[in-house]
Amino acid sequence: MLKIDNLQAKIGEKQILRGINLEVKAGEVHAIMGPNGSGKSTLASVLAGREDYEVTGGSVDFNGTDLLELAAEERAAEGIFLAFQYPVEIPGVSTTNFLKTAVNEIRKYRGEEPMDAVQFLKMFKQKMAYVNIDQSLLNRALNEGFSGGEKKKNEIFQMAVLEPKLAILDETDSGLDIDALRIVAEGVNKLKSPDNAVIVVTHYQRLLDYIVPDFVHVLYKGRIVKSGTKELALELEERGYDWIKAEVDAEELGETIA
Amino acid sequence: MDNKNSLKAQLISDFQTIEGRMNGAAKSAVHQVRQEALKTFETLGFPTIKHEEWKYSNVKNLVNQAFEFNAASDFSAQDVADSSIPNLEGNILYFVNGVYNAALSSIVSPASELQILTFSDAIKQEPALVEKYFNQYTDSQNNAFTALNTAFAHNGIFVHVPANTVVTQPVILRFIADARKVNVASQPRNLIVVGKRSEVQIAEAYRSLGENASFTNAVTEFFVEEEANVHYYKVQNESDKAYHIGTTSVLQAGKSVFTANTVTANGGFVRNNLNIKIDGEYAEANMFGLYIPNKKQHIDNHTAVDHAKPNSESNELYKGILKDNAVGVFNGKIFVREDAQKTNAFQSCKNVLMSENASMNTKPQLEIWADDVKCSHGTTTGQLNEDALFYMQARGISKDSARALLMLAFAQEVIDKMKIPAIKEYLQELIVDKIYQG
Ligand SMILES: Nc1ncnc2c1ncn2[C@@H]1O[C@H](COP(=O)(O)OP(=O)(O)O)[C@@H](O)[C@H]1O
Ligand SMILES: [Mg+2]
Repeated sequence: MLKIDNLQAKIGEKQILRGINLEVKAGEVHAIMGPNGSGKSTLASVLAGREDYEVTGGSVDFNGTDLLELAAEERAAEGIFLAFQYPVEIPGVSTTNFLKTAVNEIRKYRGEEPMDAVQFLKMFKQKMAYVNIDQSLLNRALNEGFSGGEKKKNEIFQMAVLEPKLAILDETDSGLDIDALRIVAEGVNKLKSPDNAVIVVTHYQRLLDYIVPDFVHVLYKGRIVKSGTKELALELEERGYDWIKAEVDAEELGETIA
Repeated sequence: MDNKNSLKAQLISDFQTIEGRMNGAAKSAVHQVRQEALKTFETLGFPTIKHEEWKYSNVKNLVNQAFEFNAASDFSAQDVADSSIPNLEGNILYFVNGVYNAALSSIVSPASELQILTFSDAIKQEPALVEKYFNQYTDSQNNAFTALNTAFAHNGIFVHVPANTVVTQPVILRFIADARKVNVASQPRNLIVVGKRSEVQIAEAYRSLGENASFTNAVTEFFVEEEANVHYYKVQNESDKAYHIGTTSVLQAGKSVFTANTVTANGGFVRNNLNIKIDGEYAEANMFGLYIPNKKQHIDNHTAVDHAKPNSESNELYKGILKDNAVGVFNGKIFVREDAQKTNAFQSCKNVLMSENASMNTKPQLEIWADDVKCSHGTTTGQLNEDALFYMQARGISKDSARALLMLAFAQEVIDKMKIPAIKEYLQELIVDKIYQG
């Protein structure tokens, strides 16, 4: 489904991604972990098509299309979904209106008929159940004055509505109490199928108790420096990141000397 | 003839011609006011950008053009249909090139609720009322355009709401500039007196037709008595070749509420002055504005609220979306007199620049002589939030649609202040069109 090959990206003069390699197949769940500032959100943003980042090398193939050639909205229409680490407040635009616009623009891109008000009503009702979200929240201006938990729930609700092929969840667990975490994770699990895939970006192992990954990768200084299965997440939980940092830094030092 | 100010020379000579035909009426009290005003206009002349109040708004192109005042028009019932505001009900009065058109107009409110006369009829039929209020609270001493309008005060409307009356149907003044044949000009003068504890909604809606230039120099005076409540709308949808200079002057008594909504959907060169004096306690003035200039349009809003008495409140919110090479101006004055303790005055002007070539000049001006007041003001001018745009794109919304949605949401706050549904819908549509243009 997704094949990232030696992806490099910078912002301004600062090189952030320094050769990412990652392959995600349909039906898989990948976790990307790593210390703060290692480039996890940058990777997520680059995949979603944020133009502030300049891709300086490498390629990304998504179901046979060159993802990097597409505008952000085209990537969304192709089935990429990014649940934001910091969902943006959009005054004056309700979640429902926002999603109606999004759904119909995506349908237009795919050459499908637009959905009408009745169809939307039915569909929203059904998806609201996934994350146990309230209609009143959806009528309010998008994310404006939402609590941290409401914002994250709303992201998963949007994901449920848009039914992406590849969902990238950027620290969707941060700031959530255990109940909210469970609801969000259950929502994600309900949406999982053999045809789609999920990349879970997280700092902590606890989300992975609920969304069980097939693979775990550690990102550090813009590279995936270690990959494994869910046991790796447990090990990181126990030992922290310092040992990995030490390994990588020693290696880099070695390279510099050589 | 003075070439540099051809319009000025034309107007002064027009005044003499009109006066020559007046016979006895030239001695009336109203005409004395006109004569005074003409003198003021002659002395002041049209402002230049050296004038502090006109620093950003250059009327040079306007005053060097020739216009036909009160030009004949074959504005027809079909034209009415084409330019009407859908689903609008109420007292709808048409003025074409300044002149009242009775055939196109309809007055539905009973005479017991509302007295409506053309301004010229009011001079004859209600001389006492007209003399009592006419030009009693305007800036005709220092604004050449108001002086000019006052000198020619003849066309326009007189509305009188007696005390203790709720006027259920709004009064809609449709000013049509029919510039399909020649450059046209008009100077409507409206006088509106709202009695104690009465309520009324009044709209001025400007529209122009045709390819030639039009010039409207409008003055509306409001006298809002104790506990009265007035909703006022100024809706502008004129051509790119339309010049509009307008002044609305409001004198509010105690416990009255006056709400002004000034929305400029389109116009070439627009200057709106809104001057409110709160001359009583526990009164409230609301000033809301929205302007969406594009191309080379120039839209200038000058507002002034003068708190003369204690315990009153003013709220102001103006918003602008500026595209292409458009220029916007906002000047908001708040005066709080020494007596006006416990005044609350809030002012906010927010603008979004949609192009590198668009510009906005904002100037809040606060003069506060009382010490126990709450005043706040803030102006912002910026671009649409890039994070919001990306967030929307990441959900599949194209950049253009995302921009339009954000602009619309930005404008909505002001549109939502509108209380007449038909006007709200009409503006909503105009604004959506304008936002999606280019
Ligand atoms: N817009 C930006 N401008 C400058 N530096 C940035 C920007 N975004 C991210 N960075 C830097 O890039 C690095 C990686 O950030 P990020 O991808 O947010 O890390 P993570 O999500 O792993 O915590 C950090 O050093 C961060 O400061
Ligand atoms: Mg991050």
